[in-house]
Amino acid sequence: MDRRKFLKLAAISASLAGGVPGFFNREVKAKNYSPPPGALTARRWGMAIDIKKCWEEPECNDCIKACHHIHNVPNIPEKKKEIKWIWKDEFEHVFPDKPNEFNNLVFSHKPFILLCNHCKHPPCVRVCPTQATFKREDGIVMMDYHRCIGCRFCMAACPFGARSFNWVDPRPYIQDPNPEFPTRMKGVVEKCLFCYERLEKGQIPACVEACKRKALIFGDLEDENSEIAQVLKSRFSIRRKPELGTGPSVFYLIG
Amino acid sequence: MYNSDKVIPGIIIFVLFVTLPIWWNHGKTVAAPQPELPQGRCVESKEYMRSHHMQLLNQWRNMAIRDGMRVYTSSDGARFWIGLQNGCMKCHHDKSKFCDRCHQFAAVEPYCWNCHIPPETKKFGPPKATKLLKLFHVPVTLGDSQEGEE
Repeated sequence: MDRRKFLKLAAISASLAGGVPGFFNREVKAKNYSPPPGALTARRWGMAIDIKKCWEEPECNDCIKACHHIHNVPNIPEKKKEIKWIWKDEFEHVFPDKPNEFNNLVFSHKPFILLCNHCKHPPCVRVCPTQATFKREDGIVMMDYHRCIGCRFCMAACPFGARSFNWVDPRPYIQDPNPEFPTRMKGVVEKCLFCYERLEKGQIPACVEACKRKALIFGDLEDENSEIAQVLKSRFSIRRKPELGTGPSVFYLIG
Repeated sequence: MYNSDKVIPGIIIFVLFVTLPIWWNHGKTVAAPQPELPQGRCVESKEYMRSHHMQLLNQWRNMAIRDGMRVYTSSDGARFWIGLQNGCMKCHHDKSKFCDRCHQFAAVEPYCWNCHIPPETKKFGPPKATKLLKLFHVPVTLGDSQEGEE
C-alpha cells in the first residue's frame, strides 16, 4: 500500500469511527456549564472600612442587620452558641498586636466592624480536611456547606474568630427567613462569604449597600482604577494581625 | 433423620415466617406516586430527570459553588439558572407535592431541606425536642433555662 492510499483509508476510517456512532446515538448530549452573565468579577476582592465615617453613627447596626437577614443568620441569645458573619468589637480586642494604653483610651467603646478577612493565604483553607472551605480565584474564601463535617479545625486555625459553629439547629432562631438563601444545619461552620451570591447577580455585598454613610468600600484590590485601590493608595490603613502572614483583604482606614 | 416430625414442620414454619412480608403484601397494589408537574418543560427530558436528577443535582451544586458556573445549558440548548431554591423550586412551587410524593413512596430521605428552604415554608417553628433530648430531660430552648449548666 502506498502512502497516498494509506492516508485516504486512515481518514475515511477515522471519520466513520467518530461520526457514525455519534450520528446514531441520540443519548449524546451537549451539556454545558457557564458562569452567570453580568456577574461582578475581580482578581482579588477586598474591603476597606472607613472607621471615622462608621463612628458618625455609633448606634447604627444597618450592615449587620442587612447581612444577617439576607443570609438567614440566626439570632441565638446564648453568647457561647451565637452565630455571626459581621459584628462589632473594641480596639484592644480587634488589634491586640498594637497594645498602646493611650490608643486604648482614645478608641475605648468605639466599635470596629469585623468580618471574615478573606485572607490571601487563608489558614482555615489549609487545615480543612474535606476542602469544604476553599479559596476562589477572585480571592473569596468560600464555604461549601455541603461538604462541611463540623470538625472545627478551621475555627482553630482562623486567627480572627471569623467563624461560627452551629451548636444547635439554627432554624428556630431565624425570625424572618429569606427564601432566596439557604439556612445552615446543626454541626456545620459558617462565616461571611463576601456575598458571592449577590456578586453573581451583579450586586455589591449587602453590608456595603446598607451602609448609609458609605463607610464600607468594596472592590478589586488588584485593579488600579478601582475605588478601593485609590483609597488605599491615598490614605493610611491597618489590617488585623498582619504579622501572621495571612494577608487579610479587609483594611481599616484610620485618619 | 431423627425428630423429622418436629424438624420438618419447624423448617416450614420458619420459611413461612421469614417470607411473611411477601405473603402479607401479595396481591395488594399500591398506587404509583403522582407528583404534581408544573407547566412547561424541565431542564432535561422527563425520563432523564426521573432516573438521573440526583446525579444532575450533585453536579450542579459542585459546579455552582466550587467553580462559579451558575448557568446550565441543557442538551437542547435551553439555559437555566443553577440553584435549588432559586432554580428548581421556581417552577416546582411545592416541595410536598413534588419531591415528597416520590421520595416517601421510595422511602428515601435526602437531606437537601435541612438547609435549603422549601418554597412553601414561610416561618420556622419552635425548636423540636428529639427523643434523645426528651429521654435525658435536656431543654430544647436556649438561653433562659440552661444558664447554670455550664
